[in-house]
Amino acid sequence: MNTFLTIEDLTVTLGTSCPILRSVNLKVKAEEVRGLVGESGAGKSMIGKAVFGTLPTALRITSGRIILDGEDLQSLSPRERRRIIGAKAALIPQDPLTALNPSRRIGPQITNRLVDILGWHKADARLRALELLDEVHIPEPERVMRSYPHELSGGMRQRILIASAFAAKPKLIIADEPTTALDVIVQKQVLQMTKEMQKRHGTALLFVTHDLGVVSKICQSITVLYNGLVLEDTSIAQFFKQPSHPYSAALLRATPKYTDPDSSLMPVPSAVIRAADEEVRACDRIHQNV
Amino acid sequence: MDNARAQIKRKIGVRLWLSGGWLTFLVLAAIFAPLISPQDPLAQDLFTSRLPPFWVDGAEPGYPLGSDSLGRDVLSRIVFGTRIALSVAFIAGTITCLLGATLGLIAGYFRGWPDMLISRLVDIWMAFPPVLFAILLIAVMGTGLTSIIIAIVVIDWTRFARVIRAEAIGQSAMDYVASAQVAGRTRFSTMFREILPNVLPTIAVLLTLEMGIAVIVESILSFVNLSISTDQPTWGGMISEGRVSVHQAWWVLIFPLLTLFLTVLSFSQLGEGLKDHFDPVLK
Amino acid sequence: MTRIKRILLRLLTMSITLFGVAVIVFFVIRVVPGNPISMMLPPGAQEEDIARLQALYGFDRSIPEQFFIWLSGVMQGDLGTSITTHQPVLGLVLSRLPATLELSVVALFLAVFIGGFLALASTRMRGTRVEGMIDVANGMALSIPDFLWGLVLVLLFGVLWPVFHISGRISPTLDFQFQTKFYLFESVMRLRFDIWLDLVSHMFLPALALAIPLAAIIAQLLKQSLKETMHLDYVTLSRTKGYGENHVIIQEALPNAILPTLTLVGVQFTFLIGGTVIIERLFSYEGLGNMAIDAVINRDLPLIQGIVILFALIFTIVNLAVDLTYAALNPKLRHG
Ligand SMILES: Nc1ncnc2c1ncn2[C@@H]1O[C@H](COP(=O)(O)OP(=O)(O)OP(=O)(O)O)[C@@H](O)[C@H]1O
Ligand SMILES: [Mg+2]
Repeated sequence: MNTFLTIEDLTVTLGTSCPILRSVNLKVKAEEVRGLVGESGAGKSMIGKAVFGTLPTALRITSGRIILDGEDLQSLSPRERRRIIGAKAALIPQDPLTALNPSRRIGPQITNRLVDILGWHKADARLRALELLDEVHIPEPERVMRSYPHELSGGMRQRILIASAFAAKPKLIIADEPTTALDVIVQKQVLQMTKEMQKRHGTALLFVTHDLGVVSKICQSITVLYNGLVLEDTSIAQFFKQPSHPYSAALLRATPKYTDPDSSLMPVPSAVIRAADEEVRACDRIHQNV
Repeated sequence: MDNARAQIKRKIGVRLWLSGGWLTFLVLAAIFAPLISPQDPLAQDLFTSRLPPFWVDGAEPGYPLGSDSLGRDVLSRIVFGTRIALSVAFIAGTITCLLGATLGLIAGYFRGWPDMLISRLVDIWMAFPPVLFAILLIAVMGTGLTSIIIAIVVIDWTRFARVIRAEAIGQSAMDYVASAQVAGRTRFSTMFREILPNVLPTIAVLLTLEMGIAVIVESILSFVNLSISTDQPTWGGMISEGRVSVHQAWWVLIFPLLTLFLTVLSFSQLGEGLKDHFDPVLK
Repeated sequence: MTRIKRILLRLLTMSITLFGVAVIVFFVIRVVPGNPISMMLPPGAQEEDIARLQALYGFDRSIPEQFFIWLSGVMQGDLGTSITTHQPVLGLVLSRLPATLELSVVALFLAVFIGGFLALASTRMRGTRVEGMIDVANGMALSIPDFLWGLVLVLLFGVLWPVFHISGRISPTLDFQFQTKFYLFESVMRLRFDIWLDLVSHMFLPALALAIPLAAIIAQLLKQSLKETMHLDYVTLSRTKGYGENHVIIQEALPNAILPTLTLVGVQFTFLIGGTVIIERLFSYEGLGNMAIDAVINRDLPLIQGIVILFALIFTIVNLAVDLTYAALNPKLRHG
């Protein structure tokens, strides 16, 4: 099966010394949904930003390769890189309230990538947008295309963002906590929608989340990140049955079970944290010696 | 982070020192004007008319920055002009500040009908072209230092009133004001003891900026021959004469202009520097 | 309904403001100690001549009476008669208004163009030395008023490198019959670009002097506003779609960054128009402001009143226009 995204040995540092991502390896295959979990600040969003080339200016990629559908992104000119990214990858952002441009109508915000970057005809792009809006169950897509973002609800906007992400038939979609800003009911709908669309289009999906419950529902494989270091990379079944890393096991225990709401939240034991930190240091040492 | 902050601090420091230095220099020049000036600023001498500044051929010693068409020494006139410029800056600036800030405080703290009245007045004032208003006032009151000061106060009090009103509204909404009132202070005493000290930094900044503006207004009025009597040297008056003969004797325009430019720039840089200094974010 | 109410309220406050301006000008100039009539007559004129002229201009009545006579005249479009030229004030004022409007509008365009360009350039090159340089230049431009910039420009482009005219509106040697007073506009309409070029080379320096402080304000506000906008999610999202920096700044960030800048620019534009008074004087440009100063010096009371009222009217109209534009551009206001 095709691997749509391959990240090899990716190191991102703040300034010249402080690592944010440490030799990250990560693969997402066609039709696969990979969960990317880790605590806040672990560097999950930075992986997405490194792929899209939108890292904050203070951060730099110091080593590694990012291969998107056979293209080594680092070896391309910025212009070419942007075109490939626009054609082959898409982002589903976290907060639907801020991810749409308030002064433009919805229609152009879905079709602009198709027209400007991929050179579609306007009419074709419009038809495509209508079709997609219909796929994400937006009523009266014609009217919605003419609306401004503030006229629509948060759930609607997130579905529009999902539709927009699939517009160019991308190989890879990165969803960065697409449901955290939504209320529980809408969350479920959006999750279902994402999964449905991903299946229909056979896209590779990298799903960034804090929520292991969500991971268990939609992912086939999982990557656990701690302080920029990949601690675990395995299949879902394996992960929930017997995680290989103690940190993963602690993370599992720390997640409240849906079946047993009374179970108290278990913090990750400090011994586990210490062990993980030790691994981070070991990784840094290896790199210093090189 | 700390490095960046230190850098900002240093920049502010340089700015404050330069502008403060120039203004101090001006104050000294104004005080010791008769000692510094190489010539009598009013002495006309047609034999020395339109002498170029010292580095140009044909210059005369004793006229370092040249002379104007009536043979008066440019440097001496600039030095004596400093007296008027600075008097106007300090006196007009202070009075404008007192009047405007008081009205702004009252409007912002008491709200209600005083605010209505003052705000409406400000609106009306904003609909006047300020320069024309000042010229009109001088024409009505006659030329002279007092008229200029009054004109500046009358046209510019709104600058203070608007800003201080907004600040006072913001301050009144804070908790400590409410608690001061609960503690039994009178409204006036709360205004002076609780609100005023908190808007003082803003007032200081505005005052500094206003002094620069006063200098400009004075020279604009001199420029249209409506400032002090015509035989007193003022920067604006010199600029006005220099403008007429700019093709024959550029130095008559350039030196007073440069002085005015630096002075206005210094006042405003000093004001901006103070603003940054008071800004709690940078502390 | 609420919208109509809002507009009515605006019109009401506008008229209160204009009325206030009228009252103030009227009474301020009547405190004049010197009698304007006596200045018009040769020394030693007959008492009865003075009285006759006073009656002619209405100066023999009480001040409130004069005010209401004048006000009712204004309501009917009669601003009185100029004392110095004996012509109707309205005609005089309207003959100079086009010159001032052209100057102000050209200055506004210059300011928007320069300020907008600087804001975009320093956003594009943020973090580089260029940004720092633009900031310093901006600070200078902000703290020096138009009058001084005018003088600096006179020296630079009138004397040191004389490429532009530094006085007048059009070269007197040009023999061209204008149908309107909008010379600049008319020269373009009639395709006389030689005339147009002459007008521009007269107008450029005064317009630039007026534009510099406003350009600096626009640059500063717009840059700040762009900076905040550039961090927003929708801007990042458009980057992930494959758009480059230029598109992101101009298409995504700019439309949203303009709005907060706009209202402030409106107020500043009225300051710019106020600045034409002294700038026209400085460049001997035959507009309303230059006429106003002459009127003050000649104590031509009806003319002064007329000009000040006209300025106040322009200011309030500009403010209203800005508010309406703001409402029209803001999609949130547009759709209730
Ligand atoms: N602009 C920036 N400059 C420097 N460091 C940054 C910047 N933004 C984020 N970081 C650092 O990068 C690290 C990773 O941040 P990232 O946003 O990827 O975390 P995350 O795993 O996505 O967390 P969350 O779950 O909260 O979204 C953090 O430690 C943060 O301190
Ligand atoms: Mg994140």
